[in-house]
Amino acid sequence: MTPEHQRDYQARQRSRAKAMALILGALVILFFAISIAKMA
Amino acid sequence: MSSPAVAASHELPAEWRDFLALTKPRVMTLVVFTGLCAMLAAPVHVHPVIGFTAILCIALGAGASGALNQWYESDIDAVMKRTAGRPLPAGRMDRQAALHFSVGLAAFSVLLMGLAVNLLSAVILTGSILFYVLIYTVWLKRRTPQNIVIGGAAGAFPPLIGWAAATGRVDLLPVLMFGLVFLWTPPHFWALGLFVRTDYAAAGVPMMPVVAGTRATRTQVFLYSVPMAICAVAPWPLGLTGWIYGGTAAILSLVFVGLAAKVGMSRVEDPALMRDERRMFGFSILYLFATFGALVADRMLLA
Repeated sequence: MTPEHQRDYQARQRSRAKAMALILGALVILFFAISIAKMA
Repeated sequence: MSSPAVAASHELPAEWRDFLALTKPRVMTLVVFTGLCAMLAAPVHVHPVIGFTAILCIALGAGASGALNQWYESDIDAVMKRTAGRPLPAGRMDRQAALHFSVGLAAFSVLLMGLAVNLLSAVILTGSILFYVLIYTVWLKRRTPQNIVIGGAAGAFPPLIGWAAATGRVDLLPVLMFGLVFLWTPPHFWALGLFVRTDYAAAGVPMMPVVAGTRATRTQVFLYSVPMAICAVAPWPLGLTGWIYGGTAAILSLVFVGLAAKVGMSRVEDPALMRDERRMFGFSILYLFATFGALVADRMLLA
């Protein structure tokens, strides 16, 4: 793997990790909101 | 067989944008809109969080269906100009990653719908995903020119799901809305198929214009538009909606049938000159949005 390729690879992994973190954060908020709504 | 360029690009993991593209977000907007309208037109109050969750599940289920469709059809997508740039045929995504993502998304959407909303909506959502993937994509699309007719039912499920999510049951109004989308799909897609038929021919997909010819397709476009218009207007005389929906549906349906009649009578063979077909295709999208929008306006203003 060339240094350029490795850089691209890691940049893409970082971008995917950020997207996944955002999705998981949103799901935490959603599940909390669903729990509150179900209890109401 | 993948080219060296494709093999090289496979070494890089797909971008999140490619996963998003796999879900066919443009198709999703129509699905979400019809589901949301049916939910808002239901005669019950839905908690906003539960309503949002139901719409999210419809969107995720539709996205999973679209992703599974792209996974299965990457070979024919590769030879069509309109679809060659999708993540799989363009070589930006690994097939196994696409499959795992699609199945995971489908399972998640159904589970979330069942746990957070209700069982009936989860069952209909499951049925719509299986219908689109197994009946349309795997079974019918490559075998019969009627692929669009039966497959169109898959896109017609969201009003049923939205209504079931709100009320926990299925009534006549969402069934008529299902019928409207079901009967709207053939003229909508065959109008598109008329002016992009060279693409479908190259991919070997037996679309109506490819198999039966343009003349038969034009007749079918008109013939389907008539029961579609009846289905669209029916809720008004049946007392299920008020005059706002009834008037809007009647006027728009009249225009739709008029445009379909022009397509039916046209004898143009050159796709580049098919202005009536393009106009009808464009109007058909507006038609569905406006009809469902009127349904919500009717409920909000007259109920």
